[in-house]
Amino acid sequence: MAQSDIHGPDPGTDSTVLKIGGLTKFFGGLRAVHNFDVEIKRGELVGLIGPNGAGKTTIFNMVTGIYPVSAGSIAYNGQEITDRPAHEITQLGIGRTFQKIRIFPNLTVLDNVRVAYHPHARYNLFDGVLRSRRFGQGEREMTERAQEFLAVFGMEHLQDTLASNLPYGAQRRLEIARALATEPDLLLLDEPAAGMNPREVVELMELIHFIRDRFDLTIFLIEHQMRVVMGICEWITVIDFGEIIARGTSKEIQNDPKVIEAYLGSQATRMVA
Amino acid sequence: MKIRSLPTWLTATLFFLVVGVGFQIISSHGWLSGYWQQVIMLGTLMAISALGLNLKYGYAGLFALGHAAFYGIGAYSSALITKDWIVGWSGNPAGGLAGVLAIEVGFILAVVAISYFKIGHLRNLMRDKLSRWLTPFEASVLATVAMLLAGGLTIVVVGGGSGWLVRQGVLALVPPVLGALPIAMSQQVIFLLALLSGAVLAGLVGFLVGLPLLSLTYDYLCIATLGFGIITYVFFNNADKLIPTMKGARGMVNIPNLTTWPWVFACAAVALVVMRNFIYSSTGRAILSVRDDPIAAETMGINAFKFKTLAYALGCAYAGLAGALYAHLYSFLHPSNFTWLKSVDPFVMVVFGGVGSMTGTVLGAYTFELLLEGLRVLPAEFIDWRYVIYPLIVLAVMLFRPQGLMGNKEWGFLKLPKIAKKEHGQGEASAGMSKAEAQASEN
Repeated sequence: MAQSDIHGPDPGTDSTVLKIGGLTKFFGGLRAVHNFDVEIKRGELVGLIGPNGAGKTTIFNMVTGIYPVSAGSIAYNGQEITDRPAHEITQLGIGRTFQKIRIFPNLTVLDNVRVAYHPHARYNLFDGVLRSRRFGQGEREMTERAQEFLAVFGMEHLQDTLASNLPYGAQRRLEIARALATEPDLLLLDEPAAGMNPREVVELMELIHFIRDRFDLTIFLIEHQMRVVMGICEWITVIDFGEIIARGTSKEIQNDPKVIEAYLGSQATRMVA
Repeated sequence: MKIRSLPTWLTATLFFLVVGVGFQIISSHGWLSGYWQQVIMLGTLMAISALGLNLKYGYAGLFALGHAAFYGIGAYSSALITKDWIVGWSGNPAGGLAGVLAIEVGFILAVVAISYFKIGHLRNLMRDKLSRWLTPFEASVLATVAMLLAGGLTIVVVGGGSGWLVRQGVLALVPPVLGALPIAMSQQVIFLLALLSGAVLAGLVGFLVGLPLLSLTYDYLCIATLGFGIITYVFFNNADKLIPTMKGARGMVNIPNLTTWPWVFACAAVALVVMRNFIYSSTGRAILSVRDDPIAAETMGINAFKFKTLAYALGCAYAGLAGALYAHLYSFLHPSNFTWLKSVDPFVMVVFGGVGSMTGTVLGAYTFELLLEGLRVLPAEFIDWRYVIYPLIVLAVMLFRPQGLMGNKEWGFLKLPKIAKKEHGQGEASAGMSKAEAQASEN
């Protein structure tokens, strides 16, 4: 039932999933993002890195419709989605997670995932209130699919736990599971490794590879620890102060003097040089 | 222990039968004075109103203070309907019903028509077409004005037209049809219609108020809804200029005394079951998710604003139903019962019982009413100390049990339905299970 069954091309063909051009964001007089562009092809795993405050999350917030765009355009599978409401963008097939975990703390683990199925619910408000047969079927279907998802992430035994009572790592996994339950084609991960220890980071990187293969995803990933992206991303865009300063494979990026300067300051460039 | 194994619907039915019939027996044998019967009925209808507020505040997280306004809208509109049928004020016994139904149908159809024509979208199309000849600013202004006119025309034609048709139809059809029934029965039918139209009108006004206000949060929403509460109060105070029989600040009198225990109890039972089924459905979960985190809910594909509006309007409809029952309990309505201060009462009930708990809300409503009336046993010179003692009790609860009596726990059939775990070999896997293990369990 994954989205990928519906959308044709296999990973590897060069169809563009996300195309951003000239994206700019002003907060009052502050230019947070300037003239950002990127083109992501189906099945790629692309990184977006930059120091704190470079504008990475702002870009994600514009792509997912949480912030209005000041200028520029965003196209998803060839369809213009600039300034569409966030819930419509999700329904089109862009899922995301947040840097600061945003699970639903007072809902159970199972309900956190079942919420994602609401736009596809096969019963309406009146079926729910009258407990019609359609309610029973629709609810059972949703529950089974949510349980399957939790099983993939090894969380099925936690289904009745309140999400706020989960340990940090499990909350991260729940957030990713929930984003995948919206049946996305493109998954935006905002600093998934934030606050994790080195061992958890290794597990997370394996998890990201695993979900990409299992759900045929295209992944766009933000990170500010270079080490994390270097390992998993096919190519990387680096931004600083809202502008693109470098782009390329992890090898190319690592040796780019502009990148070293952005991360370590100009002193370091001189030392390297 | 045995009770727990009964199916939920059976537990609920048994509970309602025992309580409903039990109280009827007690009161018909005269074991409870008429005064205390009224207090219990007041507590029951306040429980309905508090359930509505719990939906807004506890489930949807909307800190809104205008609850008494909707309670008042339900009370006055239903009173106009029954008073016209039984006492008469407009000339035609169905005049009140015709008026309220005309407003409701006209309103609903106008909203449907406006959303059908997608006026916002049409405006953008027209602006883009016009910008070929005009500057963008001129095109935008012209398109907006044109669509405002079109929207206004739609409201007048569709809303006004259908409302007028409904009014004529009700005036012509209802008196002969209901007149054929025995008088007592026709009164009960009118009462049922009055309860429903009171609730629907309050819900529709809630929807209309919610459209501009619900993009606000927390204290801003509180102040804005407070403002609406004051507007409604001023309206009730001066309503005699519009409808003389509402009598404005002198208070509306001669409302038929139709609220009986079976009516109140049936309404409360239905309200409770509907609320439970609603909140434990996919729509309910969507509302809870919007409360917990509106931005995350949006990224789950949920239109946060739509669900806030739905919860708000439904909560207002509950207040309207409670108000309609209240109007026919004391047969007298005064604007002072619907000031914004009265909006605080259901708040106290919800917070006292436990925010986000139906059980707690109902318990809170009864505790509040019984406490306020129970303290009348005090000697006459201390009777005004009630308003010192009850706030002290509320203070004590907040200090020693800030989550309220029930917290967010539920009792009996109001509990979150248990979901069977999936039969799966890996049931005992640890919480810290890695992806590799997850993959292993998958294969």
